[in-house]
Amino acid sequence: MEPFTQHTGVGVPLRRSNVDTDQIIPAVYLKRVTRTGFEDGLFAAWRGDETFVLNQDAFRGGSVLVAGPDFGTGSSREHAVWALMNYGFRAVISSRFADIFRGNSGKQGLLAAECEQSDVEQLWKILENDPGTEVTVDLREKTVTAKDFTASFRIDDYTRWRLLEGLDDIALTLRYADDIEAFERSRPSYKPTTTPVAGA
Amino acid sequence: MTATTGRTLAEKVWDAHVVRRGDGAEPDVLYIDLHLVHEVTSPQAFDGLRLAGRPVRRPDLTIATEDHNVPTTWTLDPSRKSADIEAIEDPVSRTQVSTLRKNCEEFGVRLHPMGDAEQGIVHVIGPQLGLTQPGMTVVCGDSHTSTHGAFGAMAFGIGTSEVEHVLATQTLPLRPFKTMAVNVTGKLRPGVTAKDIILAVIAKIGTGGGQGYVLEYRGEAIESLSMEARMTICNMSIEAGARAGMIAPDETTFEYLKGRPHAPQGADWDEAVAAWRALPTDDDAEFDTEVEINADELTPFVTWGTNPGQGLPLSESVPDPEQIADETARYSAEKALAYMDLKPGTPLREIAVDTVFLGSCTNGRIEDLRAAADVLAGHKVADGVRMLVVPGSMRVRKLAEEEGLDKVFLDAGAEWRQAGCSMCLGMNPDQLTPGERSASTSNRNFEGRQGKGGRTHLVSPLVAAATAVRGTLSSPEDLLAGSDQ
Repeated sequence: MEPFTQHTGVGVPLRRSNVDTDQIIPAVYLKRVTRTGFEDGLFAAWRGDETFVLNQDAFRGGSVLVAGPDFGTGSSREHAVWALMNYGFRAVISSRFADIFRGNSGKQGLLAAECEQSDVEQLWKILENDPGTEVTVDLREKTVTAKDFTASFRIDDYTRWRLLEGLDDIALTLRYADDIEAFERSRPSYKPTTTPVAGA
Repeated sequence: MTATTGRTLAEKVWDAHVVRRGDGAEPDVLYIDLHLVHEVTSPQAFDGLRLAGRPVRRPDLTIATEDHNVPTTWTLDPSRKSADIEAIEDPVSRTQVSTLRKNCEEFGVRLHPMGDAEQGIVHVIGPQLGLTQPGMTVVCGDSHTSTHGAFGAMAFGIGTSEVEHVLATQTLPLRPFKTMAVNVTGKLRPGVTAKDIILAVIAKIGTGGGQGYVLEYRGEAIESLSMEARMTICNMSIEAGARAGMIAPDETTFEYLKGRPHAPQGADWDEAVAAWRALPTDDDAEFDTEVEINADELTPFVTWGTNPGQGLPLSESVPDPEQIADETARYSAEKALAYMDLKPGTPLREIAVDTVFLGSCTNGRIEDLRAAADVLAGHKVADGVRMLVVPGSMRVRKLAEEEGLDKVFLDAGAEWRQAGCSMCLGMNPDQLTPGERSASTSNRNFEGRQGKGGRTHLVSPLVAAATAVRGTLSSPEDLLAGSDQ
């Protein structure tokens, strides 16, 4: 994972709440066995509408998505994060993220920045009044800036540290391999295994 | 600080799986007892292992099946144990399934392929094999993993990076969830089901109301439910934003488990039951928050909009967005009605459907099929309506055929299919066409979920069956009134 410290790019106002992961990428686009190429399916149903924000020239190359509350609800598909990143997004700003989506973002290096809804509304105004405006997201300072407007955002300290350092979660956990082995020795014998048995 | 020392069910299960307690900055490292795998969210995880040269740490705690992509129309060559992969016409889907087969072979993971006697939707096969047990931690790269919480397990969906993490370490770095009690008091009236309870819960707390929480469903109405009905409720916890939903294990749970292939046996069984009896929330435990639902007041519930929180009793009418005070909710309702092509004030009972889907990890178990067959018996599916019946697993399908349920469905004019996720998410050929409207026993009415442009109303199996007969959203009571043609 590449470290994330600060990013500046065109902000894209997505004035919708409850953008579930089926909207971010419909199921029919989930069939690849790689982590790349999912940009085709990003917001697939909406991209057929020429008034959709990503179909407007000023926003086409956007990399900071500013969305309504409850972004990323529904299916656990990490493909939603891959689709956003494959398209070129590096950060999503919302007043509330679904738990699984937020977790998936943190694993992949997509910044999920949680702002107050009033700050999201202010960003929407700025981006709609002057399409193509750049937004700067600073993970060290936990701020988002567009023109002369700056707001702070929330992110849990551990995810922030991992993003800043670009650390691999599995390697971090494997530091505790001894603890895992000790735990396994203490597991009760009645716990099931998937080893095939008669009748199944 | 509170004076209480009691713990909730969720806290007990969590505490029993902490490999290493986080130091404040770092999360806890939580041990995972069972990892369920399917073809859609696993290929990139196995690929990650291969790139890093890591093995699957505990293949004996891992099990895979093919469910999301598989067609439901294949026929089995009696000389073979599983269906021919060529039955999957879409080459991209076929690649995904064959990739799972190769990965399971390479990493030594047990797999139930399409057509195998134990194949089925991942959340149906875990419980029926007896692999899902009280007090366990269960994960899967699928948000409906919350289903397994019905056994008093801590079960939640994870993303593909976490799938790789569990494959490599059998653990996950996590922070404890907050706890929410969902108290369902009273008794359900006849014709009102677990599906109606959970749709009412979601409508009450909203699609984001459970975020950060594990829900514990409690109260008289929950205790009187069967295991399968409890699974329906826990299944849709994620639709309220909660990663997990749980129900305390009791005699109903033990009775369901006893004798299943992977249930403990002999002395292990006694030891397990003793441990399971200590799991329910202590009397002096405190939840972070509580909500109340009165089951006495519930009636069949259906959704009218494009998220599972946009639901109402079937007896009501399509709401008028102008009457919604909250601006975001109003805007969301306007968009939903435009997508659903519905007019405010239309009685929900007058909404005509094209398709009825009975199945999914929410309502594709044997009791769901029995309930729907009871309603359908002696009736015909209305002209112009297609009804798909898709059992949740091959074992459910076999049991249903032994009971003659397939005949009831076929005689009524419904289609009797092979097991899989099917039209719940339309990754296989079972999809709605643009503008087509369904009554569906699945879990999500999102735009395009069942096929691009498709319109979904979430319903219980009873409402699905009655709707198939009348052609408009209906409850079984409407059939008794003699109003069917």
